Amino acid sequence: MKILVTVKRVTDYERKVKISPDGLSLVTEGMNFVPNPFDEIAVEEALRLQKAHGGEVVVISIGHKDASKEIRQALAMGADRGIHVIAEELDPDAVARLLMKIVEEEKPELVIMGKQATDDDANQAGQLLAGYLGWPQATFASKVEGLDSEAEKAQTPGVVIAGGEATVIREIDGGLETLKLKLPAIVTTDLRLNHPRFASLPGIMKAKKKPIKEVPVASFGVDITPKVRNVKYAEPPARKAGVKVADVAELVNKLKTEAKVI
Amino acid sequence: MVAQPKPTLEAVEEQLLPGAGFLLHEAASKEIFTAERFSDEHKAFYKTAVDFVEKQVVPRHKDIEHKVDGVMPDLLRKAGELGFHMVDIPEAFGGLGLDKTTTCLVSEALARQGSFSVAIGAHNGIGMLPLVFFGSDELKKEWLPKFADASVIGAYALTEPGSGSDALAAKTTAVLSEDGKHWVLNGSKMWITNGHIADVFTVFAKIDGKKFSAFLVPAKTPGLSIGREEPKMGIRGSSTTALSFDNVKVPKENLLGEEGKGHKIAFNILNMGRLRLGVAVMGGCKMILSVATKYAKERKQFGQSLSEFRIIQQKLADMAVATYCGESTSYRTTGSVDAATAKAKDSPNLAQKLVDAIEEYNIEASIMKVSGSEALDYIADEAVQIHGGYGYSEEYAVECAYRDSRINRIFEGTNEINRMLIPGTILKRAMKGQLDIMPVTQEIQESLHRAASPVPQQGTGPLAEEQQLAELVRKATVYTLGTAAMKLMTELEKEQEQLTMLADMIIDAYTIDTVVRRAMQAQNETNEKAAALHRLFAKVAAVEIYDRAMARARRIVVELFPDADQYTRFMELKRLHLDVTAPVVVLKRQIAEAVIEADGYPLSYV
Ligand SMILES: Cc1cc2nc3c(=O)[nH]c(=O)nc-3n(C[C@H](O)[C@H](O)[C@H](O)COP(=O)(O)OP(=O)(O)OC[C@H]3O[C@@H](n4cnc5c(N)ncnc54)[C@H](O)[C@@H]3O)c2cc1C
Repeated sequence: MKILVTVKRVTDYERKVKISPDGLSLVTEGMNFVPNPFDEIAVEEALRLQKAHGGEVVVISIGHKDASKEIRQALAMGADRGIHVIAEELDPDAVARLLMKIVEEEKPELVIMGKQATDDDANQAGQLLAGYLGWPQATFASKVEGLDSEAEKAQTPGVVIAGGEATVIREIDGGLETLKLKLPAIVTTDLRLNHPRFASLPGIMKAKKKPIKEVPVASFGVDITPKVRNVKYAEPPARKAGVKVADVAELVNKLKTEAKVI
Repeated sequence: MVAQPKPTLEAVEEQLLPGAGFLLHEAASKEIFTAERFSDEHKAFYKTAVDFVEKQVVPRHKDIEHKVDGVMPDLLRKAGELGFHMVDIPEAFGGLGLDKTTTCLVSEALARQGSFSVAIGAHNGIGMLPLVFFGSDELKKEWLPKFADASVIGAYALTEPGSGSDALAAKTTAVLSEDGKHWVLNGSKMWITNGHIADVFTVFAKIDGKKFSAFLVPAKTPGLSIGREEPKMGIRGSSTTALSFDNVKVPKENLLGEEGKGHKIAFNILNMGRLRLGVAVMGGCKMILSVATKYAKERKQFGQSLSEFRIIQQKLADMAVATYCGESTSYRTTGSVDAATAKAKDSPNLAQKLVDAIEEYNIEASIMKVSGSEALDYIADEAVQIHGGYGYSEEYAVECAYRDSRINRIFEGTNEINRMLIPGTILKRAMKGQLDIMPVTQEIQESLHRAASPVPQQGTGPLAEEQQLAELVRKATVYTLGTAAMKLMTELEKEQEQLTMLADMIIDAYTIDTVVRRAMQAQNETNEKAAALHRLFAKVAAVEIYDRAMARARRIVVELFPDADQYTRFMELKRLHLDVTAPVVVLKRQIAEAVIEADGYPLSYV
């Protein structure tokens, strides 16, 4: 089974991002970049499925030329080869239409993507890609057993593939839902699907020799003019300090008179 | 002027200085290896090690510290799955055969949990390297794959109840059995890390009570008994026990290296151990600085965060400067070893070449061990201070870090022993004609005899003054070392007080040379924000090192020449005097600002 996985290079979520003085962009100088954590989960799922069913895992990143580092990391985890579309910051629609071209060429049976990227949290690319391809989709893939389970320790895939169908447990408001999809299909991953493995040292050495195909974005002939415009970035308002109340009566009183919520 | 740097190991190779060579050439004039020149793989290895320790080791801190059964072996095996034990195993024996920079980067990352760091070092460092460097091919084939996945855990047994620093005075004996097939060991060992969890020990014993040698001894061998766990001040999660040998029989083939050459094994393993420890303690410095910084930002007194008080800022800045010094000397030294062995990668003699290179830079390794372990103690102490009463509570991480730190000045050769080795080894090499320090001393003495005023500023550029200070420190160091050697000759060996002060001068000379050079190179190799930080670090370190080095040089001269000669020497030293006008307090505030913004040490590898 051939599986395509997407990996986006995002700003390190453990560092504070700074907004440029004009409020139109984020300051990237001196910033640390990491693979989107949801995408690491996608890579892990693909590798587990590959172990169960054989085939090939291909990693795609669309973005900055330095994103080869994030592809390399996925290769070090065990993926087979990479495709790097070198491009400036794009909106999810452009990303989905570029991915459609790659899917048409690579003809995978499954595309696994993070449900969203931790930089812009758009949560659109997977759904748009499914729409453009006319493929079934299961977003927010999860695991019933949970991350402390024996199934997880045994590195069992959460997505079950059998008889040309994928069974996916997905997180929805207030619970879990099970979907069966006809392959080929799109799956996007949620946090509780798996614990991604670390890139081992031998894995890192092997990854040096695995191929990454670089493709300039222009070669796809896809219109990538953004449909979404960033109007302004702003810091979230600073949280006000809390107050301590002496007893329940005071709390109720404050909720009535100050917070005006009851 | 220095040529435009080529940020590769080859550039370092071309200008590589021999061990202690930094004393012989104009300060900060040679290409050195630095963290700015890590390869993508170096960074990826480091990241894997950081991820592993943070997600798998640190969360089990309590279990580790309480020595919950099986936790440490389990973690060592998990580390094995990721390939950490393969770094120093040659490819021919199923390992990765990576460079020493990688070994040390991994050690730096793993230092975030003290007990684990010591246990893994005893396994794949001092426990395994005697086999890697000196074992027969048969022994390597049999044992190395088991070390690689930690199905076998290693340990190193040199110290005895009666012989610690004086390791060669060991009393454990080995006698060949009558049938000539076995060595029979008798005696006892003390303070053996991994004692309870080890499956195999590298044991030092004297053949027939004379020929000091090393043997590979499986833990289950009859007659070998393991003592009780030693209750310890720190690194409580690591196992430390005595061993006793009562007619322990091991196959003849388990001798490592040659009969009577055990001292070579012991000392070379210690050299590598010091290099690694020097880097690991620096990793500890970074971890503690980060904990202290976060606490200082959160804790409020007098309506302010502690981090807003200037004296706390100064502490954070001083901690960061000490860390920068350690980071710089660490990777310069691993880079020197790597550059010295780069061409031997495919040589059948690789093991010997590695041993030679590590020995070549053993002075630098001692420098890193001494200055790094003392920096860590200082940083742990200040971190407790920043925490106030909370730092004294077991509930806070700095309490454990403070206790864990202390061992580093004791093992891998006490700092006293290492200090005496630093000038001692230099003079020994000079005597053997391996290091041309005497002609350089004469040159410097003559120039100081003649010169009327301080050396004029040499370089240009943003770090010209620091380069000049480094050069003055180098000259003062060579001057005092050479003068002391000429005055006392072989008597110098007995003058431990002088040797110790000289060691401190040499440590400072290596450090100032390294940080200034690193900052110079960094100007073209990083973004402007980082380049500015490098300048700040180098400036503060250079000024402080210069001040204390000159005071020390004067003190050494006073002690050496309590007579008429003193005045002449004083005048000579005076010619190295420079009125340093750069204030450092304001620079430290800027460093503190960067530390506070970054929640810790402000430079990162990735
Ligand atoms: C937790 C722990 C783990 C250890 N792990 C190991 C291990 O895995 N394997 C192993 O073989 N050993 C191990 N050791 C032993 C360690 O290496 C020794 O403790 C160390 O070498 C010092 O020896 P000693 O304790 O006998 O002190 P001593 O040698 O008695 O020294 C006591 C003091 O005297 C000073 N001194 C000694 N000689 C001189 C001199 N010539 N001139 C001036 N001052 C001197 C020392 O610097 C020190 O300050 C460990 C020790 C500890 C505490």
